[in-house]
Amino acid sequence: MSAATVVFALLFYAATLLGAAGLAWRIRDYARTPAPLKIPTTPAPTTTGGVVLRMLREVALFESLFKANLWIWLFGWMFHVALALVLARHLRYFTEPVWFWVVWVQPFGLYAGLAMVGGLAALWARRFLVERIRYISTPSDHMMLALLLGIGVSGLSMKFMSHTDIVAVKAFALGLIFFDWQPLPAHPGLFVHLFLVIVLIAIFPYSKLLHAPGLFFSPGRNQADNPREQRHLAAWAAKLEKAKV
Amino acid sequence: MAAAEITAPPLKPYPVIPILEVGAMANSKPYVANAAMQQALGFPGELVEGWHDKAIAKLGDLLQNYRGLKVYLDACVHCGACTDKCHYFLGTGDPKNMPVARQDLLRKVYRRYFTWAGKWFPKLVGAEDLSKEVLDDWYSYFNQCSECRRCSVFCPYGIDTAEITMAAKEIMDSIGLGSKYTNEIIGKVHKVGNNLGLPGPALLDTLQSLEEDLKEETGLDIRLPLDEKGAAVMLITPSADFFAEPHVYSLMGYAKVFHAAGIPWTLSTHASEAGNFGLFIGNYGQMQKIAMRVREAALDLGARRLVVGECGHAWRVAYSFWNTLIGPFDFLDPDYPLPQHICELTYDLIQRGALTFDKSANDRYVVTFHDSCNVARASRMGGLPGGQFEIPRAIVRAVANKFVEMNPEAIREKTFCCGGGGGLLSDELLDLRVKGALPRMEALQAVVDTDGVNFMATICAICKAQFSKVLPYYKFNMSMVGGVHQLVSNAIRLGPK
Repeated sequence: MSAATVVFALLFYAATLLGAAGLAWRIRDYARTPAPLKIPTTPAPTTTGGVVLRMLREVALFESLFKANLWIWLFGWMFHVALALVLARHLRYFTEPVWFWVVWVQPFGLYAGLAMVGGLAALWARRFLVERIRYISTPSDHMMLALLLGIGVSGLSMKFMSHTDIVAVKAFALGLIFFDWQPLPAHPGLFVHLFLVIVLIAIFPYSKLLHAPGLFFSPGRNQADNPREQRHLAAWAAKLEKAKV
Repeated sequence: MAAAEITAPPLKPYPVIPILEVGAMANSKPYVANAAMQQALGFPGELVEGWHDKAIAKLGDLLQNYRGLKVYLDACVHCGACTDKCHYFLGTGDPKNMPVARQDLLRKVYRRYFTWAGKWFPKLVGAEDLSKEVLDDWYSYFNQCSECRRCSVFCPYGIDTAEITMAAKEIMDSIGLGSKYTNEIIGKVHKVGNNLGLPGPALLDTLQSLEEDLKEETGLDIRLPLDEKGAAVMLITPSADFFAEPHVYSLMGYAKVFHAAGIPWTLSTHASEAGNFGLFIGNYGQMQKIAMRVREAALDLGARRLVVGECGHAWRVAYSFWNTLIGPFDFLDPDYPLPQHICELTYDLIQRGALTFDKSANDRYVVTFHDSCNVARASRMGGLPGGQFEIPRAIVRAVANKFVEMNPEAIREKTFCCGGGGGLLSDELLDLRVKGALPRMEALQAVVDTDGVNFMATICAICKAQFSKVLPYYKFNMSMVGGVHQLVSNAIRLGPK
């Protein structure tokens, strides 16, 4: 067992722990923080079913962003859908036998890899070219794009330039899952790819990547517009009320 | 602010996103509330010792109590979707008036004190200590947000800058740094009963003279009752309706509608103000205390229904928050919406054929409709989403022959604030108000040019006051703005059919 295998295996466990624990803590925190007032951005659905549809449109189609700016929507949506397809394609490294739909998605996943890198590059270009976006960009905004772009490019390089022993990689991945470590092939492209992925997993709940769970807790989007029909009372507001009586 | 020059930007034939002018509006800020005004609301009289620690503690408090604030401060990815959506940015070019940059004024402090990344890598994530300079920026730029929520329509996560502005104002109030305009007015509500400080006897006097005017105009005894016990409807309306022009014409319109439909109604001295500036300063307790007068007055007068006059933020508070703040309304008539907007009431009567109109009475007008931000993006009318757009328009169409819509990008949920909302309707902020009105003025100019529009109807006291003031800066006649019920008042036929 090489040193690289041990280091990467340990890093993967640590990152997963850090990422999952952080995310769980953040989601728990969001869920437990009260939303004392009804503040959906109207016009808003008046029923829970309507809210579910609104959220679905936001998550799958980026409806609000579409209204805001077609370029940001195009590149942003392209990147996210491509990322989803690429992740689906990668499931073949973690499943044995490979699920049928994962097999089916393989060729799309490949094009998606290119679309993902293209979308990211365009999003990054905006941070330099558009004065307003340049003004609001922080170093971490650039680094996040660099990180994702690095993951995409290093991944594609293993497809189009320098192949790695993909069978061994899969054995390593399954080995991680079942705590039966297998050697990781020594390949610089692979090392870069995996290291960046580890970083991404680890920082997820401590960075702006929190936009993903955040959307589901956004009162502007997830509240039904029914304040007259149903009295809304947060726990602390109810306590306030009781204290007064 | 006396030195500040008030300039209206030139109107362009189509909207243009301005080039950034860093610091252009850094000196725009409202007068600071004095000690008496602050203390009347339970806030410290002046900037307190140890304000830094107290501000951070207050932010911590708010984060515990408002999920929206916490999520909004975390979720932003700096995508830039909101950067060209704020009327104050479009009018001033100051980058700190871009919604995301305004949020970042608070977000950078949040990151620094409440997140792991901001504690260890402040430069990387744009975190910053709360310095006196940052506090000064807060006072300037959070008082350049009218809490209109236009940016939140376009944000992929629904981040609502209004919530962040309110939190920042709440923090500033809690360390003794309040706005004179908003806090003085809240004091008046508590002391006298309304924002304008109009005492009961003066109010009675005003209403009686309006009744005389109505008698002269129509020959009928149309009443404006005050504090009448047992009236079915208690009307709560912005106090500007009692004497300011054009507001008062809408008040006469309400009176005529009640008269024509034979609905017994009353105003209340105790709740002689629909406006609730507690919303603007983000203070739950103040908002509740101001709203509570309505419940008390309704119980005292034995009213069965609550109807709210033409006022944008008041309707938000009434529609979205009253049930929470002063409900449940189990002592009122469940057959009607509680509360009900005056437009809902009038629309309902029109639908039932209870009102007749002579539309030609408004033929001198080509009318357009300005959606007020709090009505459009923070409330509803009628049973369906979007009723807040359709119902006022349906009323205008029922009472006037000529109606024209402005640019679809500037109405309905995408409507632009008048430039005076959110507690900014103060003289020392006039330069900001004039510049913030730019997007609306451009949309108006377009329909003036193409359709000869000469009347912009709206259902908000702040919009009416703001436009009356800023229209002349753009070479429009100030009487171009008026209420929906002003048009109703012109066209309604009273007496035998």
